[in-house]
Amino acid sequence: MPALKDIQLKIVGTKKTQQITKAMNMVAAAKLRGAQQRMEDFRPYAGKFASVMGELAGAGADPNAFPLMAVRDVKKSALLIITSDRGLCGAFNANLINAADKLLKGEKEKGRDTGLICVGKKGFDYFKRTAYQVLQSSTDIMANIQMANARQVGQEIIRMFLEGEVDEVKLLYGRFVSVGIQKPTIKPLLPIRPEGLSEKEEAESEGPKATYIFEPEPEYILNQLMPMYVNVQIMAAMLETGASEQASRMTAMDNATKACDDMIQELTLVYNKARQGAITGELMDIVGGAEALKG
Amino acid sequence: MANQILLEIVTPTKLVVSQEVDLATIPGADGVFGVMANHAPLIATLKSGEMRYATGGDSTRMAVSGGFCEVSSNNRITLLAESVERAEEIDIDRALRAKERAERRLAEADAHREKIDMARAQAALTRAMTRLRIAGHQT
Repeated sequence: MPALKDIQLKIVGTKKTQQITKAMNMVAAAKLRGAQQRMEDFRPYAGKFASVMGELAGAGADPNAFPLMAVRDVKKSALLIITSDRGLCGAFNANLINAADKLLKGEKEKGRDTGLICVGKKGFDYFKRTAYQVLQSSTDIMANIQMANARQVGQEIIRMFLEGEVDEVKLLYGRFVSVGIQKPTIKPLLPIRPEGLSEKEEAESEGPKATYIFEPEPEYILNQLMPMYVNVQIMAAMLETGASEQASRMTAMDNATKACDDMIQELTLVYNKARQGAITGELMDIVGGAEALKG
Repeated sequence: MANQILLEIVTPTKLVVSQEVDLATIPGADGVFGVMANHAPLIATLKSGEMRYATGGDSTRMAVSGGFCEVSSNNRITLLAESVERAEEIDIDRALRAKERAERRLAEADAHREKIDMARAQAALTRAMTRLRIAGHQT
């Protein structure tokens, strides 16, 4: 039986850990509210953007005329993986990294060379130690997600695509389904697919279809909007990953707090048993001593 | 009301304006244009500049930059911009600093003949100047 003092120390230690996990749970809950709000505020913008893009693409523009829509033979592809900067959020980042690993293996089997673009520290920390090539990384931007960050990442990706360094870019992020569910999701980013755009448009258009006046001509507008559309998609993915991270952390910390509770309960039981054992032992000693004195 | 049109201004962070207006004046890439009720459907890109909208007798001015606008057939204007600021929200000091920075960059880029930097600095300068003008700052 372990010494009483040791058990007591363990109980105190576990209680302290529990305080921390409880605090982290509450902080994550507060941050989740903020992140979720930002995500929802961004939705009308992203939605409108997609529907206008669909409108434009449906205006009869030739997709091959646009460099960002050009479908090329894929020799080298890139995966943009968005993870969190900080850990202690359960299996969230591990799930994202696993999904990426799987995709990378699949691409390799097809004989395609895939490079990585990492947003968020966790993904970068993992992939810099692997044999895969990290083309670019931006860390420490997930705490305060700004459009400017998304634009920076987007610009670099567009440059790589236009200069032929990569022929295809996919996006992997933690989709926020609900507070309880976050799903690693893969989406094609470049080349931009016109059919993907018109799909969205159909879902969102209301009433009869109108013929638009374009000013300037649709080709010009599309050329202007396409890079912005890439940025918008990256931004949306970053916001979703941010919200997912907090939700995942909240759940993880809640579980940890519960585990602490269980542990404390168990330890207290052991402690009480040990204490009783000790008291019984002492009593036996006293009784034994008294008996001996009686002679 | 029959002769008003719904104006919605959306940025990545929020829905800035959503109200019925008599007239919206929008800085299109091909020039400034006005939109009133029952306008034909239109999609246009914007350049950074000043937009105005009027309801009744009141007129509001705003600095917009980067984006586009859609006038749809159901009497609604949707303006998507990367940034939108009302006159009273504009940080004059910041705009002044941005203007100086852009002017300095322009001078440098001019010396080195760097086209991209020059375009970027020019755009930054336009944005700063618009902000200052709308905020009513004398330059």
